[in-house]
Amino acid sequence: MELEQMKILSEARGVSGQEAAVRAYLREQLEGHVGELRSDTLGNLFAYKAGSLERPVVMFAAHMDEVGFLVTGVDKEGMVHVATVGGVDAGVIPSKAVKVGPKALPGVIGTKAIHLQEPDERTKPFDVKKLVVDIGAKNKDEASKLVKPGDQVTFATSFGEFGDGLWKGKALDDRIGCAVLTEVLRGSYEVPVVGVFTVQEEIGTRGAAVAAYAVRPDIGVCLEGTVCADIPGTEEDAETTRLGSGPAISVMDAGTIHHPVLVKHLVKLAKANGIPYQYRRAIRGGNDASRMSLAGAGAKACAVSVPCRYIHSPVAVASRKDFENTVKLLRVFLESVGKGELEI
Amino acid sequence: MKELIRDFTGAYGPSGREDQVREVIRRAVEPHCDRVTVDVLGNLIAFRKGQGGQGAAAGGEPLKVMLAAHMDEIGLIITHIDEKGFLRFANVGGVSPHVLIGQRMVFGNGVSGSIGTERVDDIKQLALDKLFLDIGATGREEAAGLVEIGDMATYQRGLVEHGGRLSSKAMDDRIGCVVIAEVLRRLQGSPHDVYAVFTVQEEVGLRGARTSAYGIDPGFGLAFDVCPVGDTPRSKSILNTELGGGAAIKAKDVSVVVPPAVKDLLVKTAKANGIAYQMEVLPAGGTDTGAIQLTRSGVPAGCISIPTRYVHTPVEMVDLADVEACVKLAVAVLGGPIEV
Amino acid sequence: METKEFLRRLSEGSGVSGYEGGLAGLVREGLSPYAGEVTSDALGNCIVLRSGSGPDPRPKIMLAAHVDEIGLMVTKVEDRGFLRFSQIGGFDPRTLVAQEVTVHGRRPLRGIIGVKPPHILTDEERKKAPKLEELFIDVGYAEEEVRSLVQVGDVVTLAREFIELQGELVSGKSLDDRAGVVCLLECLRRLDGMRHDADVYAVATTQEEVGLRGATTGAFGVSPDLAVALDVCHAGPGLPEHDSTELGKGPAIAIGANIHPRIHELLVKVADDYNIPHQPEVAPGRTGTDAWAINITREGIPCGLIGLPLRYMHTSVETGSMADFVQAGRLLAEFCARVDWAFMEGLRWS
Repeated sequence: MELEQMKILSEARGVSGQEAAVRAYLREQLEGHVGELRSDTLGNLFAYKAGSLERPVVMFAAHMDEVGFLVTGVDKEGMVHVATVGGVDAGVIPSKAVKVGPKALPGVIGTKAIHLQEPDERTKPFDVKKLVVDIGAKNKDEASKLVKPGDQVTFATSFGEFGDGLWKGKALDDRIGCAVLTEVLRGSYEVPVVGVFTVQEEIGTRGAAVAAYAVRPDIGVCLEGTVCADIPGTEEDAETTRLGSGPAISVMDAGTIHHPVLVKHLVKLAKANGIPYQYRRAIRGGNDASRMSLAGAGAKACAVSVPCRYIHSPVAVASRKDFENTVKLLRVFLESVGKGELEI
Repeated sequence: MKELIRDFTGAYGPSGREDQVREVIRRAVEPHCDRVTVDVLGNLIAFRKGQGGQGAAAGGEPLKVMLAAHMDEIGLIITHIDEKGFLRFANVGGVSPHVLIGQRMVFGNGVSGSIGTERVDDIKQLALDKLFLDIGATGREEAAGLVEIGDMATYQRGLVEHGGRLSSKAMDDRIGCVVIAEVLRRLQGSPHDVYAVFTVQEEVGLRGARTSAYGIDPGFGLAFDVCPVGDTPRSKSILNTELGGGAAIKAKDVSVVVPPAVKDLLVKTAKANGIAYQMEVLPAGGTDTGAIQLTRSGVPAGCISIPTRYVHTPVEMVDLADVEACVKLAVAVLGGPIEV
Repeated sequence: METKEFLRRLSEGSGVSGYEGGLAGLVREGLSPYAGEVTSDALGNCIVLRSGSGPDPRPKIMLAAHVDEIGLMVTKVEDRGFLRFSQIGGFDPRTLVAQEVTVHGRRPLRGIIGVKPPHILTDEERKKAPKLEELFIDVGYAEEEVRSLVQVGDVVTLAREFIELQGELVSGKSLDDRAGVVCLLECLRRLDGMRHDADVYAVATTQEEVGLRGATTGAFGVSPDLAVALDVCHAGPGLPEHDSTELGKGPAIAIGANIHPRIHELLVKVADDYNIPHQPEVAPGRTGTDAWAINITREGIPCGLIGLPLRYMHTSVETGSMADFVQAGRLLAEFCARVDWAFMEGLRWS
């Protein structure tokens, strides 16, 4: 994965329900590396790679959608009213730059100047129900010509490298998972692999639900960017993951008890191949793994994630090494399953 | 039946780690059915072929009846081992931090520990992240040699007899599993194909029932689970159910509104066979019944509940007469036509 | 059957989630004159099929409006015959105080959800809203008689007669979502005089209020190519402008992740082509309607969602405009007539 490709993925605009731009780019990247590429009516992108074996069918899921906002209307001052899509924490919203609508018009989410605030206003969190975006329109008429209800609004963060091999950008949850999957799909494997770039994960793992029903895999692997809170003010047992400590293997979350056979095998492979790894040390949050494990008569599922600091904020941070080690681990996993080393 | 209850409740099996209890149940039911299988998520399915004939579904094909009771119990999952060897954890299913104080917990490999708590000034603030498990290790390395992140612990508490009543950890829902096992033992002949499913992961979202019901594709479902009662001192409960009141026939819980036709069938069968019964409504909590009902294009489903005191504590209590009534009612229902 | 009359009879009828059987006859009476086949499934969904005239195989459209209402269930008969209850669907307990209800026991009984007179309330009690467990139903009989008439598990509905307010406005219980069922009637009646390629399955779904359950199994069984759900949406007074709709301005056509953009587009185009008034409804995530369940059934079913503006949702005086319901029915019919395989092909993403 070239830095330039990761940049395009991170900066592509696609809140839940409007993933077209991300899907188009991924299609381009995958052409020639996989057998069949198709989409369904929800917008999931399926990439099929036949192997020399018929079973087990391994399905990967990485979601294309990001958290953001949707335009709900405009007011007489020309302000654009928006509602959040997915879990955007109120705290990260004030004083940010955004891109509005299909033409990516620049906008800002401002907040009352500190000089004008009452002392107690500063202590209260930002009111998510009163969100407005300023695109510089003079009045309702002008604003209505530029935006319409249902238009998406995304953070205007530029992707880049900084510090010691770290990446910063928006939507690393889960464009980093998409990048991992794209890399994995460039390899050759004995087992049949279905890579699914899902839609609408952030509003309830919706795309994965129908994709898993269509694929009916034997093994499901969810690829995510996950919580990493190894920061000041957080106790060790609340960190969830640590930046630089390698791919994070889930044991349980709100939607899935990750299959112990898969978890143990991943750990064994990491150790045997000298790949740094860690457990995802928390059970809050859910992802596409739940849908894969509960589709039809069930499947064994697991989740492997790249740690991302400041997740669900306009600028998240991940480590290039964690990304590379995640790709390595999954390739080794597929090869191992292809050799019949996994007892399921 | 008491020994069966002791064996089933004593087995280790938190959600997602049901291997040990599955073996205990398999040994008990295998002699009484035609075939035993285990599906992808670990549900244990004991199949008894129906005899068809009078009482079978229209067209003469035996009706596929799915019975369900969950094998899994609530527990704790280890999320962190600190440098002094104390374990931090999260809940698997509904575990109350207040009930954990003073408990001993045990892992699948036999390692056990005591629950301790950080200093908390107001007991109302007590939450799971303020508790820890002490397995007697003196440091991180020693602890890591005994348990791993992802391992699960359950209450360590055995069965006690109180005359006609019994208490133990995991009555929810091993007592339901006992009822089904007894039904299989006593069932002489049924017109219906019976799939007795000992489900996994009910406590974390009715998951095993969902996938096993999809696989079996039944025409009727009957779940067996515990229900709370309102008969203890100053409970201020709006519940009518009581220990000793007989088999509880469910009208509704959070996962299901039992179809009136199914509810009526169970009531009619109880009355016709002189079986003590009571009606049950569960305002907070769901059961495998709902998961079965929503399978594919829908399945008529009901539930026979075992009245239980102190649910989700290590001392859940049931009345043997109620358990017996549940078995009798299920056998009677399976013995006749099911038209819903 | 006349539209307002259908709504009145539906509104005054009893059909709590899971107990909709009593309304099946009325739904059938209203819808079957304009359809070929009426069936029902394991969850009691009433499925009314109106075949299209396109060549085999025809596109399948599922229309969904839920017929169940929120209600209560008896959990205990107490000393002196008062009844304790639990809810079926979401209630604000404050709207239950001093309500008249019907307890569906051995026979329907009038009941009153009692309240402490203000004269004996303490200052503290006066400030707090009641909790559901503190409320009770008084059916006016002595305990022994109550026990012979009422069982734990019996359902309870709000008692309310349909009210005609000024102009086109009407008020009653369960307009959520029997107003939607009435739109199905309007739609089928219109389709009766039109040519349409697609097979239209108009489904009066059950158990929406307790988790979209009828829609979940109904969509699996019907397995349509696309679906449009009709459900009520919030209207003022006192609601933020961009989060609500207005009575009398026509149906709301929803946009958001739950809705396929091409379906939204066609609904808006059809409305504009036929001068049907409409208003926008933005749904950034979960819509809390049958469409939410139908969308992820099987391998995915593309959905549309039409909102019927309604004031005071989940009270016994839900208020809406007959004009909005009629227009929604019209919109639905014209939409169905435009659906052909060419449109269906355009729903798959590249």
